[in-house]
Amino acid sequence: MKLTLKELRKKLYIFATEKTIGFTLISIFLGLVVGAIFLAAAGFNPFQAYGIILRGIFSKPSYISYTIVRATPLILTGLSIAFAFKTGLFNIGAEGQYIIGAVVATAAGYFLHLPLLIHIPVVIISAVLAAGIWGGLAGYFKAKFGVHEVISTIMLNWIALYFQNFLIYTKGFQKPGGETSHSIQPTANMMILKTWKQSEAGREWLLQHPFWKDLLRTPMNWGFLIAVLMAVLVWFILNKTALGYRLRAVGFNKFAAEYGGINVNKNMIISMFIAGGLAGLAGALQVVGVSHKVTLIAAMEGYGFDGIAVALIANSSALGCILAGLLFGALKYGGAKIQPFMQAPSEVINIVIGSIVFFIAIPKLIKVILTRKNKKGGIK
Amino acid sequence: MGYEEVTQSLGKVVEMKNITKKFGDFVANDSVNLDVFKGKVHALLGENGAGKSTLMNILYGLYSPTSGEILINGKKVDITNPNVAIEHGIGMVHQHFMLVKPFTVAQNIILGREPTSKMSVLNMKKALKDVKEISDRYGLYVDPNAKIEDISVGMQQRVEILKALYRGAEILILDEPTAVLTPQEIVELIQIIKNLTKEGKSIILISHKLKEIIEAADFCLIIRRGKHIDTVVVSETDEEGLASKMVGREVSFSVAKEEKEAGDEIFSIEGLVVKDNRDIIAVDKLNLSVKKGEILGLAGIDGNGQTELLEAITGLRKVESGKIKINGEDITNSTPFQVISKKISHIPEDRQKRGLVLDFDISENTILENYYKNPFAKRGVLQYDNIKVYAKELIDKFDVRPKEETKMARNLSGGNQQKVIIAREVSNDPDLLIAAQPTRGLDVGAIEFVHKSLIEQRDNNKAVFLISFELDEIMNVSDRIAVIYEGKIVGIVDAKDAEVEKLGLMMAGGGNE
Repeated sequence: MKLTLKELRKKLYIFATEKTIGFTLISIFLGLVVGAIFLAAAGFNPFQAYGIILRGIFSKPSYISYTIVRATPLILTGLSIAFAFKTGLFNIGAEGQYIIGAVVATAAGYFLHLPLLIHIPVVIISAVLAAGIWGGLAGYFKAKFGVHEVISTIMLNWIALYFQNFLIYTKGFQKPGGETSHSIQPTANMMILKTWKQSEAGREWLLQHPFWKDLLRTPMNWGFLIAVLMAVLVWFILNKTALGYRLRAVGFNKFAAEYGGINVNKNMIISMFIAGGLAGLAGALQVVGVSHKVTLIAAMEGYGFDGIAVALIANSSALGCILAGLLFGALKYGGAKIQPFMQAPSEVINIVIGSIVFFIAIPKLIKVILTRKNKKGGIK
Repeated sequence: MGYEEVTQSLGKVVEMKNITKKFGDFVANDSVNLDVFKGKVHALLGENGAGKSTLMNILYGLYSPTSGEILINGKKVDITNPNVAIEHGIGMVHQHFMLVKPFTVAQNIILGREPTSKMSVLNMKKALKDVKEISDRYGLYVDPNAKIEDISVGMQQRVEILKALYRGAEILILDEPTAVLTPQEIVELIQIIKNLTKEGKSIILISHKLKEIIEAADFCLIIRRGKHIDTVVVSETDEEGLASKMVGREVSFSVAKEEKEAGDEIFSIEGLVVKDNRDIIAVDKLNLSVKKGEILGLAGIDGNGQTELLEAITGLRKVESGKIKINGEDITNSTPFQVISKKISHIPEDRQKRGLVLDFDISENTILENYYKNPFAKRGVLQYDNIKVYAKELIDKFDVRPKEETKMARNLSGGNQQKVIIAREVSNDPDLLIAAQPTRGLDVGAIEFVHKSLIEQRDNNKAVFLISFELDEIMNVSDRIAVIYEGKIVGIVDAKDAEVEKLGLMMAGGGNE
């Protein structure tokens, strides 16, 4: 029995230290343990709480749908940060790029009058371009004046935030009497079966099919598919194209890249443009798929900042961002439910997320804990 | 007299018996034996990646051996971490110094063992006294109040040695101590080593420089690919003997080179002026030309404008005035990309900073300048199959080890990293190959290889421009030798007529002019 326990520890050690996925899973597990400790300390049963969260995510089709809708922008902002990170840049500006994407999408969605199949692509592309330029600006500042991208993107975040608020109080853009913008035209709306589910026939059919009724209750839209597609595209660009080779070379060692004839400055701008575009896409999809407008915001909404955590949990892997984004979306959506159901503070979920990031950020800690165990096991 | 007889009467302070260390399947040390004697210098000789550092890291407690045992002063010990090693009187001076730069010399030496008065108040007076005492005793003169960032590399090394002595080291491990030193500092270091042994300290000297081992060591353990090859008495052997044991075959120190008539001038520099990072003129109206089928060596002491000259040619630094021409075309102030497209290849001075993307694997590194070209990329998509075939070809041709194109450049030994760079640059089939310090930090076998590659290039009627601080290398390999001093060429001589004394004088500024 002792021997098998020792072997188990050894296997666990290898699992946690040599495979990044194993390491990530253990970090997530430890994060949940920390959350449980806090719940228990506050007098709540952690098993009950996690049970509620799990049921709150999976027990109904609409819950799953909500989770996915929640996860979509996080996957994209995560991708934005992961992409920049792979090319040696730290994009703190996903938040601002998201805002620019959302604002431009709203403007294009409201002011333009285009046929159904053209309107959505036009809205999305203009939002992505605008946010790309917003991100590229930080790259330009770095290339031209040596301004560190962390500084410039943080500044650009605030500019974006107040720009949105400024527009909301601008005549023509503001919905009269409200602290929001006008809603986008129906042709720019990407919610699945939006008109049908409000029509007479649709309502009738849904009444007889409770599964679909529940599912379509949610703002389900094509955004998730686009996000997944983007993850694949980012993976392809980074790993399979000459552009990706260039960007990675600059990211890993800009001196060697420069020596090899690669234009470092140009590639930094390109990288920030793509990163900005991805975060802007998150904002655009949120507008065309879920909110249909932008509202006055007092503080950052946090999609960009949560993206940093997503990218970290994904270890900057493009495909990992899909899973990390889903995890994040699920925790946020499901976690909110412990408050109404057992009066437990839903902030615990933020502790869980914070702990996961914490454990991931210090891989040494897990290694030390496991080595200790291994050594002790060895002596016995 | 053999090793056995000579060492019979000496007291053993360290015995490492049948040390084996495996990393996964890789055997870094394969039952290696090492005895260190009181008051003697024991050298540890081997090529890059032979397992010298692994063995010493085991002794210093950084690794634990897979099997084998260690005895200190006859007692079996279990060195689990460096603190245990220090307790047993073992001190190590690493190749890369571990000093706190804004601290003073004395502060660094006492760090972690600070003398305190009551109430744990730092007693700096006693610290200074202690430092002075040990530095006087071993002839290791330093200014205890100087800041580390203000003193030379040689001085920093002394501080490291003092640090180990302050902690009561009786056995001192010096890891490639001369790699960073100037010739003058090397002479001083050897004197320090002699002073230390006179005081009864034992030294383990890790090196792949044969000359120093001959000068400084009493005994020498030779390891090759992790295996224990031999232990010899240094006074009974010579450089050739050590070299052949280290590499496993006869090594020639002179470079085999046939007479060759140089062709037309292909590359020229006229009145070049370049500034350094501090905005001071580093290259001052320099003139130079290289012909087809010749190796032009640039001799000079470090810091006389070589780096700036090189960077100006390759497009990495701005040219203030003057002209650089290849094949009659003006390439002054071109981008690196344009320079490469004019068939100039460049083996950079700093292979890890400039030459390689360490987090790319070998195959990705072989296409650094050509990644976007057919057959490596088609319509912007990388063709990994073709890249792999190409990388394998280069690995075979240039004998890069290990023979795995998916190996990260970071995990290669210095010599093999250099081989990857040379393979890439030579395969670009350049009209002009610029080699800057191409053998820095390499062992004998790898140096031989690099020199052969340069000469092969010349024999193919290409131009080669070699920049090196090693005068031996310049004299062995070049056809013509130019000497640079304070950013100017102070003389050009035919390699056949070159004399060390004369070149040395020119390098120090006493040129023909």
